Amino acid sequence: MIWQFDLIILSLVVICAVAAISVKDLLGAAILFGAYSFMMCLLWAVMGAVDVAFTEASVGAGVSTVLFVAAVFRTTRRTTD
Amino acid sequence: MTEWIAFIVTKYNYWAYISLMMIGLFAMIAKKNLIKKIIGMGIFQTAIILFFISIGAKKGATLPILYHGHAHGDAAVRAAAYINPLPHVLMLTAIVVSVATLGVALSLAVKIFQRYDTLEEDQINLTKYPFRRNVPENKEE
Repeated sequence: MIWQFDLIILSLVVICAVAAISVKDLLGAAILFGAYSFMMCLLWAVMGAVDVAFTEASVGAGVSTVLFVAAVFRTTRRTTD
Repeated sequence: MTEWIAFIVTKYNYWAYISLMMIGLFAMIAKKNLIKKIIGMGIFQTAIILFFISIGAKKGATLPILYHGHAHGDAAVRAAAYINPLPHVLMLTAIVVSVATLGVALSLAVKIFQRYDTLEEDQINLTKYPFRRNVPENKEE
């Protein structure tokens, strides 16, 4: 673990999480959640868990973002909170 | 005092995990939108996975692949030189389970939107379309 990388990526993860639950647009929230998953995947690659990292990059960031975007297109983009 | 500061600073992974978990819990409890609740659930799950991976991480250790294979003599395996792979395997299962729960939750949200025309949980009008079994769909599919 390199602690400079760790601190930068951890702060980016927290920023992406706060942005994903506070943005008013649901499509933007889905894309920010994908960015959050990619940052988490980088963090696990730094920690040496490469199998978890590429499973998260394919399943967590890829398939989850596709599911979110499909659900948002079948429902609505607008929200009040 | 200084050992407390060292205790807090050196465990920064765990503090990030706790803050991420609280962000996810807040989103699941306080947000009105169903998609936001599902995003909060995903953040909560990845926070727990981050905690388990942080348990397995080790300073100065390498990936759990044996450098001396079976064909290279009988070199003893030093377990301290390798990262613990047990939390990695458990968390692989947790990632697959999380995408399954995400798919079920999103399909339920889509069905709720098709019946009630909203995703906000305080605008769902239960008196207009009460929840009953075998009720015919009054929207075209």
